[in-house]
Amino acid sequence: MNRILKSRTLKTTAIAAAVIGVVGVAQARDQIRIVGSSTVYPFASYVTEEFGAVTNYPTPVIESTGSGGGLRLFCNGVGDNTPDITNASRRIKVSELERCIENGVTDVTEVKIGSDGIVLAQSSTNEAIELTLEQLFMAVAAKVPVDGELVDNPYTNWSEIDASLPDREISIYGPPSTSGTRDAFEELAMEVPSEEMEAFGGEGYTEVRSDGAYIDAGENDNLIVQRLSEDTGAFGIFGYSFLEENPDALIGTAIDGVAPEPEAISAGDYPIARSLWFYVKNQHVDAVPPLYDYVDMFVSETMIGKGGYLSDLGLIPLTEAEREATRNKVEERTSLQLSDLQ
Amino acid sequence: MSHSFDDISAQLKKRHRQSSRLKWISMGALGLAGLFLVLFFADMLSKGLPAFQQAQIQVQIDYNEDAQRMGRAALDPEVSRLVSRTFERLIPVRMRDNPELLGTTETRWVLADSEVDQYLKGHRHTLSESQQATVDALVEQDRAELKFNTTFFASGDSKMPEAAGILAAALGTVMTMLVTLSIAFPVGVMTALYLEEFAPDNRLTQLIEININNLAAIPSILFGLLGLAIFINFFGVPRSSPLVGGMTLALMTLPVIIIATRTALRSVPDSIRHAAFGVGCSRWQVVRDHVLPLAMPGIMTGSIIGLAQAMGETAPLIIVGMVAFIPDIGVSFTNAATVLPAQVFTWAGEPDQAFVEKTAGGILVLLAILIFLNATAVMLRRKFERRW
Repeated sequence: MNRILKSRTLKTTAIAAAVIGVVGVAQARDQIRIVGSSTVYPFASYVTEEFGAVTNYPTPVIESTGSGGGLRLFCNGVGDNTPDITNASRRIKVSELERCIENGVTDVTEVKIGSDGIVLAQSSTNEAIELTLEQLFMAVAAKVPVDGELVDNPYTNWSEIDASLPDREISIYGPPSTSGTRDAFEELAMEVPSEEMEAFGGEGYTEVRSDGAYIDAGENDNLIVQRLSEDTGAFGIFGYSFLEENPDALIGTAIDGVAPEPEAISAGDYPIARSLWFYVKNQHVDAVPPLYDYVDMFVSETMIGKGGYLSDLGLIPLTEAEREATRNKVEERTSLQLSDLQ
Repeated sequence: MSHSFDDISAQLKKRHRQSSRLKWISMGALGLAGLFLVLFFADMLSKGLPAFQQAQIQVQIDYNEDAQRMGRAALDPEVSRLVSRTFERLIPVRMRDNPELLGTTETRWVLADSEVDQYLKGHRHTLSESQQATVDALVEQDRAELKFNTTFFASGDSKMPEAAGILAAALGTVMTMLVTLSIAFPVGVMTALYLEEFAPDNRLTQLIEININNLAAIPSILFGLLGLAIFINFFGVPRSSPLVGGMTLALMTLPVIIIATRTALRSVPDSIRHAAFGVGCSRWQVVRDHVLPLAMPGIMTGSIIGLAQAMGETAPLIIVGMVAFIPDIGVSFTNAATVLPAQVFTWAGEPDQAFVEKTAGGILVLLAILIFLNATAVMLRRKFERRW
């Protein structure tokens, strides 16, 4: 009995030692650590898997933390317990880069990898409709201008916004406020048209209505897709790849006369499109030898090019000139300056 | 006031009616719960069982010069689009490692692309007419068929549905649970022993007891936040590792084990303690040689149930970064890992429809493990429990 007790004590001590042992270990590592946007996540994890399979390095660790969360972790400083790369579905903000520099992260390369469109889709049992950006704004904003004055959104039916629209109740499933898709939607589909409206005095307005016509549907875009096939009167807002994956169940909505097609999104004609990026911490190059091998693989033509593997997953390729520019930046490891963002 | 015989018999009838109504209502409740369970299982089985089969194609691999750069060149162009990329991309790697392969050919069964798989299973797919014809012809010649999906049980996560498996997540669960158990079990049992057998009954111990009971009811995500703040940010334990996940879940499991152990200790009758004290045992000897062995079955049952609860937990692990993409199979306490419920969560968010069956398949595996664990707990109790 005594011996058993002793071995148990030993075990406990060993665990305690193991716990203490891992604290503060810092050394060169082969495993790249990536955080960031859930929109870029499917593309980046495809590349990490490929990287792990065809090189002798371990598969990079990739976590989906959202663009803002990823940039916060990324800018926490330089060192083993900070990520090497962060993905973002929007460009880094000036305030974020300032925080990076404050914490010693001074050498960051910005890599633009492609575009993603945000679509307004509905069940394919309906007729496709066309909206202007302004009409879309009228459907989702909390306050809208009526006869030059700002009032709480009175529209409950699409046909009230414009007589040409169908006589259907406004009901839109969309991403919650924590999501990068929502950020981009607010910026591109609300801020942009509201700046043109006199009632807002040139200021962008991004408040989404909360009277039940816009429904927060959670981070999982699959859920929105499923709900649309049950609630056929409703619309859903999500990334283009989900529209592409469900061609039988869903139809997209043309905005300002442009349908959500890859060419239109890539060329910038489709109004609710955004670019996807990732940011590389160049100060980790020595500590993490495979860092730029991974980046090179990501920006290669077989990945982000036209007909590349990532376009099968729904990434919309950049134009050829832009892809070339991206590769040049990677080659020269161009350091991002505050002045580039202003 | 006296009741007539009629009054009493009318009352009796009413009471009997009441009790039979209650009986029907409770049976209805049970039936409803059973119905939900059956519906859930039927849905999971119908969606998940196809995941245990996967399409394979027999191809001829021609190790030529072009294949050193592009794996696809080694295959007949007609079938190369139908073969999984996880296989194609490894051809150049294999040729680099084994230069003698150049110029040889080989016939073997390889994983088919998930679209072929979905087509053969009769689900929605994106194959073109001519590709469908090719697959049909291959099936005719017995060169394409659905086989048992060993990949699902033998590999890690993948972006390509045909190659996605649960082994990495299952190993992550095992490592995490090892950490959880090796912390929560000794600490929990010792705490309960002290509180039940040694501690005086005063304000302080009462306060501790109330707090432990409260901890057992706290939403699990709070333990995740605690784990992030203390283990990762303060102690610097590596993010996403089974170590930090296990430690976080240990915090969550501790109160369950403490409460179960205390109940088990309390059910050991005092006469045993009195007899041991009577022959001159010290308090520690009484506990070690008599009380603890008798309480062990109860303690084990409680611990297994606590562990099963921790195993199905996702929320705190999201916070400490254990919902990661892990294609490599690895056994380590400090490298990034994921766990079964987190894997299910990841698959549920994939846009590709072929992941629907993977999600349901993962749920089936998780359910099977949990049923096994709970059954073990019941068996232990049946076998060793003593009634006094």
